[in-house]
Amino acid sequence: MYWDIFHLMRNEILIIIAILTVMTVDLFLSKNKKHHVIRLAHLLFAVILIWSLLPGKTGYLFGHSYLTNPLINFFKAIMNIGVMLIMLQAVNWIKRDLIPQGFASEFYILIWASLLGLNYMISSGDFLMFYLGLELSALPIAAAVAFEFFRKRSAEAAIKYIMLAAMSSAIMLFGISLIYATSGSIYFHDIVNTKEMPLLELIGFVMMVSGVAFKISLVPFHFWTADVYEGAPTVISNYLSVISKGAAVFILMILLFIPLRRYEQTWTIMLYVLAVLTMFTGNFFALRQQNMKRFLAYSSVAQAGFILLGVIGGNVRALETVIYFILIYIFSNVAAFGAVHVIAMHSGKENMKDYEGLYRTNPLISLVLMLALFSLAGIPFLAGFFGKFFLYATAAEKGYYWLVFIAVINVTISLYYYLLPVRAAFLRKSENPIPHFKSDIYTRIGLVILVLGILFLGLYSPVYEYIAEISKIF
Amino acid sequence: MSDYSWVIWIPVLPLASFLLLGLFNRYFRKEPIAAYIGMLSLGIAWVLSLYTAYQYYFVSGIQNGKYIPYLPFRWEWLQFSDHLSIELGTLIDPVSVMMLVVVTTISFMVQIYSRGYMHGDSGFARFYAYLSLFSFSMLSLVLANNLFQIYIFWELVGVSSFLLIGYYFEKPSAIAASKKAFIVTRFADFFFLTGILLIGYFAGTFDIETLNSMQTLKWIGAHPGPVFMGLSAVTWALILIFIGGAGKSAMFPLHIWLPDAMEGPTPVSALIHAATMVVAGVFLVARLFPLYYFTGDGFTLRIVAVVGAFSALFAAVIALTQEDIKRVLAYSTMSQIGYMMMALGVSGYEGHEGMGYMAGMFHLFTHAMFKALLFLAAGIIIHAVHSNYMKDMGGLKKYLPVTHWMFLFAALAISGIPPFAGFYSKDEILHAAFKYNTIIWFTGFFVAGLTAFYMFRLFFRIFYNGERTYEHPPKENSKFMLFPVVFLGILTISAGWIFTPFSLYVSPTREPFSYEVHYFSPLVLGSVLVALTGIGLAYLMYYKPTDYPSRVARAFGKLYFWAKNKFYVDEFYLFVTKKIIFDKIARPFAWFDRHVVDGMMNAIGNTTLWISEKIKFIQSGRMQEYGMYFIYGVVFLVMVYYFFNF
Repeated sequence: MYWDIFHLMRNEILIIIAILTVMTVDLFLSKNKKHHVIRLAHLLFAVILIWSLLPGKTGYLFGHSYLTNPLINFFKAIMNIGVMLIMLQAVNWIKRDLIPQGFASEFYILIWASLLGLNYMISSGDFLMFYLGLELSALPIAAAVAFEFFRKRSAEAAIKYIMLAAMSSAIMLFGISLIYATSGSIYFHDIVNTKEMPLLELIGFVMMVSGVAFKISLVPFHFWTADVYEGAPTVISNYLSVISKGAAVFILMILLFIPLRRYEQTWTIMLYVLAVLTMFTGNFFALRQQNMKRFLAYSSVAQAGFILLGVIGGNVRALETVIYFILIYIFSNVAAFGAVHVIAMHSGKENMKDYEGLYRTNPLISLVLMLALFSLAGIPFLAGFFGKFFLYATAAEKGYYWLVFIAVINVTISLYYYLLPVRAAFLRKSENPIPHFKSDIYTRIGLVILVLGILFLGLYSPVYEYIAEISKIF
Repeated sequence: MSDYSWVIWIPVLPLASFLLLGLFNRYFRKEPIAAYIGMLSLGIAWVLSLYTAYQYYFVSGIQNGKYIPYLPFRWEWLQFSDHLSIELGTLIDPVSVMMLVVVTTISFMVQIYSRGYMHGDSGFARFYAYLSLFSFSMLSLVLANNLFQIYIFWELVGVSSFLLIGYYFEKPSAIAASKKAFIVTRFADFFFLTGILLIGYFAGTFDIETLNSMQTLKWIGAHPGPVFMGLSAVTWALILIFIGGAGKSAMFPLHIWLPDAMEGPTPVSALIHAATMVVAGVFLVARLFPLYYFTGDGFTLRIVAVVGAFSALFAAVIALTQEDIKRVLAYSTMSQIGYMMMALGVSGYEGHEGMGYMAGMFHLFTHAMFKALLFLAAGIIIHAVHSNYMKDMGGLKKYLPVTHWMFLFAALAISGIPPFAGFYSKDEILHAAFKYNTIIWFTGFFVAGLTAFYMFRLFFRIFYNGERTYEHPPKENSKFMLFPVVFLGILTISAGWIFTPFSLYVSPTREPFSYEVHYFSPLVLGSVLVALTGIGLAYLMYYKPTDYPSRVARAFGKLYFWAKNKFYVDEFYLFVTKKIIFDKIARPFAWFDRHVVDGMMNAIGNTTLWISEKIKFIQSGRMQEYGMYFIYGVVFLVMVYYFFNF
């Protein structure tokens, strides 16, 4: 019995155990021994990651508050992979900037706590669990954004993030209460069965979706993105741009496809409008960015617009293509942020102009950057191409040809700006390029895995087939 | 031990060598290391191929009197429908095993040879990397179990050939030659791909075994598909595939790239442009032979026969007049491949009817040995004299004694003098042709005489033709270069009678059968006599410096002049492309592209940038505004809903 409960909630329970372990161990470490936490944390998380890759079960706990099934479990595993890759990149930052200040375990505790929140959120079976998970994921990250408190921008970003997140939560909570007021239940499976569709509920629905759209940074709820990504430590921006966004997309799909299915007519129009707005805005703003982190922030806004192309499909196929895309997007974007992070760590530079002549001094990291950006742009035969291709196919299957056409225009625009850093690194010459550097072993392992993923995830079809297989449960 | 699982290593080892040498080029600055990596990988592949051949032909290949195909490795890559999919696999059957032996033997010998020939070259490791890439592609091509895989590696072979012809990339002529080879073969490959797609559509499969099975052949016979100009779709597909093969095998009129390809280093010419890649077209026709034979009443095979015979004659005539020894050999290659094509074209299917097919394959096998030998020997000569031209040579016998003998053996072999290898294969081709059609036979017969003549013209002018003094006395000083030449020389002497009857190994139906060589039949005597006549004429004209050659040339007048200028085929192509396509068609299009299309694109690009400049102010950095936009967004979405629903 207890074993069954553990099995259904194993990912959450293991993360809690890991958090507590790191917390406890940290108590017994003197200030100059903090670096031992790093190895311990990676070890613990590797165990969680491997465990989460085991096939999951279908079931529910707490009277349908908490649901799980193989698909949800697989998505948790995807998030774990992403977090693991981000952790690998964070090591050199922790060692250089945090350990001298006496921090190390705090990073892991915060990021895992946020991950725990996301886990609860995507497993939620009612609005309460959903809301609690969302908040749990946001608050630790707000603290993590402020981690570099010795930098003014970091603090500014944290303030912006927490204020705007609070506002969006408030609006969302208001929306949820309106839905509760009209349907009389907060359980997803009850809401499915209510038949009325009063206007009040619709407004509530729009408000709730806006809250999720804030997490995904859809236009016009995206304004925090660039400022926060730029100010936050790069690894945290990385986390925000892939893990938190990916989970929000997932729960958005679950919400739209199951409890809010009867509003399909409404939300397809909404998504259509949001997709067009998001793609254009993200791309237009990305065109002129000089700072690489801001650049990637807008790129991630644009990517969110592309994801909506899949979500709008509204069927099992939409589910599978979007999850496949998120998996690939995690690899591409973590690699892009990772390259920017590594370069910034070793040279302190994060502007596109500083990248000129990078290929001559640091060919390998330039190649990683190039592959990541090409994959984001969707150049065949990198993984990103296949991800985007399936998204378009989903939208086209539903007959949204104009949307696909607009997306194609946007891909063309995005191709231009994704090539800019590549041009700077490979073709431009510079008087004083970033000098040659060697990164540590954690970063290297992480980047190698990412590059392999970018190269082979698209070509290795069983991945997609597996996702398609487990997506059929809905 | 007959699952043949080791076969996958035969292409993989050269691939590994390519990746190692290609990616870590700069770590292999020392010549011996790069050379030994290449040699080792090819050496193991060679041994594995020989073992495979032994296992297949003598131990486990035959069941119930028939060679059975094995598929030791098979991986489905793309699935289109239940029947149509693209796989990567290795198909073991008599033809592919024979090709494995040919390719690995020549590759291995060339790898050894290059150690001496390329000594001191700055791109040594790069050269070995390219060689390994070529071997990998060619081996994967011959092992392919479906047409699409053949096509993939067909292109890779083309790429590696391009890289190797342009190996001396600082030489403009080498660049031009590599581009020419690539473009001409690519042009032909376009037809090949179209053919493959037609086959995929109308026969419903790419798999070679399925295509050649009686069931499929009957089905194709019953469902000919749409008819165009009196030929069914599958017949057209086969013609298109043959055009692809003709491009790679330098058949008239797609032969123009082969002589220029001699700009590459000589070992490359030996490996790619004489022994292995150029026979890919022959291999392709042989692979699909049942399909060719049974579809459209063998119409395509008649085309193959005629093209082959004509190319053989055409190239032989040009070879008579060339001065560059590598070009003579190049035209001779084209001529001999014409022979092979002709043999396939005249072949029947069952039992002794399949002699032509068998002879074509046999000739492919023996020709690979002696043509590689000729090229490698030519490499030694060029290396020693530092010139490609016959006028700079003469009297080399005393300087290069070993090369002299080996060259003589190869020349006798290609002329078809018993007991050298070429005799056995060539004679069977003429036999098969005689049964088929007198004109085709006579062409082949006449070409045999021409071949003997131009080969001995070459031989006498290089090694005899009076005495000569050289500034630096030519020497045979590299063991690495001599060993392969001697090894291939031994094969040239022995391969013919060892492997006769070749039909025990390769036949169209895969049922081995046996035949006798009638040494004293009128046909055999005739062809040996015509070869001897050719040799005799060459002896008279070139053994000593005489004025016969110029008198004969004058006697032929225009014909000689045309042949010397390769019948102006290149000029014709240049006229069509430069004067007609570039001027009349491409230029207007270019104008439209530059002014209208680009103009529109620039306008769009500038507009995009302008918009992005104008909307910058929205992202102000002020949190209050962000919050306001958020609320606007919610209101906006509600309004969108109203707009669309009420």
